[in-house]
Amino acid sequence: MSTTNEKRQEYRALFKNNVKKRLVVDKIVHIIIFAFVIIAIIPLASILVEVFKNGISAISYEFLTAIPGSIGSGEGGIGPAIQGTLIIIGLASLMGVPIGVMSGIFLAELGDNKLARNVRFFNDVFMEFPSIVLGIFAFLVIVLILGHFSVWAGAFALALIMFPIVARTTEESLKMVPITYREAGTALGLKKWVITFRIVISAAKSGMITGILLSVSRIGGETAPLIMTILGSSQFFSSMDVPMDALPLRIWRLSLLPYESSQLQGWGAALVLILVIIGINMAVRYHFANGNGIIMRFIKQGVSTKR
Amino acid sequence: MTTLSVPAQKITNSIDSAIPSSVPHEEEKFKMIAENVSIYYGSTMGVKNVTMKFPEKSVTALIGPSGCGKTTFLRCLNRMHDMTKNAKVEGKVMIDDIDLYDKSIDPIYHRRKVGMVFQKPNPFPTMSIYDNVTAGLKLNGVKDKRILDEIVEDTLKMAYLWDEVKNDLKKSAIELSGGQQQRLCIARALAIQPEVLLMDEPASALDPIATQKIEETITELKKDYTIIIVTHNMQQAVRVSDYTGFMYLGELIEFRETKKLFTDPKNELTAKYVQGQFG
Repeated sequence: MSTTNEKRQEYRALFKNNVKKRLVVDKIVHIIIFAFVIIAIIPLASILVEVFKNGISAISYEFLTAIPGSIGSGEGGIGPAIQGTLIIIGLASLMGVPIGVMSGIFLAELGDNKLARNVRFFNDVFMEFPSIVLGIFAFLVIVLILGHFSVWAGAFALALIMFPIVARTTEESLKMVPITYREAGTALGLKKWVITFRIVISAAKSGMITGILLSVSRIGGETAPLIMTILGSSQFFSSMDVPMDALPLRIWRLSLLPYESSQLQGWGAALVLILVIIGINMAVRYHFANGNGIIMRFIKQGVSTKR
Repeated sequence: MTTLSVPAQKITNSIDSAIPSSVPHEEEKFKMIAENVSIYYGSTMGVKNVTMKFPEKSVTALIGPSGCGKTTFLRCLNRMHDMTKNAKVEGKVMIDDIDLYDKSIDPIYHRRKVGMVFQKPNPFPTMSIYDNVTAGLKLNGVKDKRILDEIVEDTLKMAYLWDEVKNDLKKSAIELSGGQQQRLCIARALAIQPEVLLMDEPASALDPIATQKIEETITELKKDYTIIIVTHNMQQAVRVSDYTGFMYLGELIEFRETKKLFTDPKNELTAKYVQGQFG
């Protein structure tokens, strides 16, 4: 209670009185932020535009379904590559997502000890590993031992790229769930794993799905580890133990060829890869958006209060 | 703004001079007994050697200024401190002659006997009203739809929420107002059919009408439950409770029948607090 009225007047006089200038500064900051956003969008947009512009003319029913034609002929398609990409993404997700999600749960829910701190550290290091190194690793431990290129090896290499990303994003999403929900669950006499799996995860689902999709997008475009593991092929999938094609591999090969028709097909394959990734993203999001993600709830809540 | 700084010596004196306060009511049957409970956060002692006995089918209020340890103490009656890192509880908490802190005890089983309502409403955000009330049942293995329906209606009526939500039980719980959410949380706590109900300032986020409804609920529930309620609101303590414990700086200063504590406090500190001289 030591502040007297005179002192208060004194303090008030210290405030800057330049409302007009501050409004201008506010505007300028807004413009600068907006300008940087535009700068960030330019490369992204130009990549998309370029790929669409060059790739769209290559796309036809035959292109999407047929096996590649003879080199430089401009005939045939990328059917095996599309099929291979879907197979390899699916297999890698089957391996990488459960491991990643479980590791994330471990780190978030039981992660307050030395072991977890080490796991978290190595996980972060692992996340930054060059993908070619993981490809070589898969080559050493699977391809060399089996003696032939293998779809398993490719999926394994991609799963290695996937799970640190999934683990980290899962951990972060789970940590965002307020402790009050855990307390409520505890007070209801629920076991810890029930709280984690039935309450916490359902509140964190949206963030976890974002993380999984992020990792799917990342592995969808990986080329280097696939060269070491599934090699590439011009035939449709026949067995796990022979080389298989994938879109990034096909793009890589087509773009190296000196024929204009091949390069056009390369653009087309790039466009297809982008569409496949966007398609997976949208399908998964649509599937989960109709129900229970916490973000969707908040959006719905926002909508319902506005009405 | 008056802040009270009572010298430690004085507190000790006043405790010595206090009426033996842990047993205000010898003749009754006790549902819960806390014996020499001390709670530490790291090396800080949050609650100091508190002994309290809670008679069956009564309401006990815990009052005291902010930071006096009343919430900390309340949480230990349900072993909620298990979730807090660095928290350590010493002493005994008996519920029906079973020590909740006994090493061989699975706290999960006993937590089902003790319902808890928190200061801030915390309905599960991804669940509907119906699912929130039934969460404790379903996740503990009750599957029969008929029983679940029955319990939902019953507990929501007990929490005075039924009339407001009976037509949209499938609505998301977070679309309710704060007061409704809190009453939903009471219903959720009651749904597991506890014998003891712990309430941590359940009405502090509610308007007067909702508060009145909650207080009516408490009075109604007293017939079947043992209720322990932490409150900042002394009028509320007077209105709803049979016994009141006054805590200060982690110690139980005085614990008596509510009427006596408020009209004839034996302790100087209690007198000052209930007269509103600090807090």
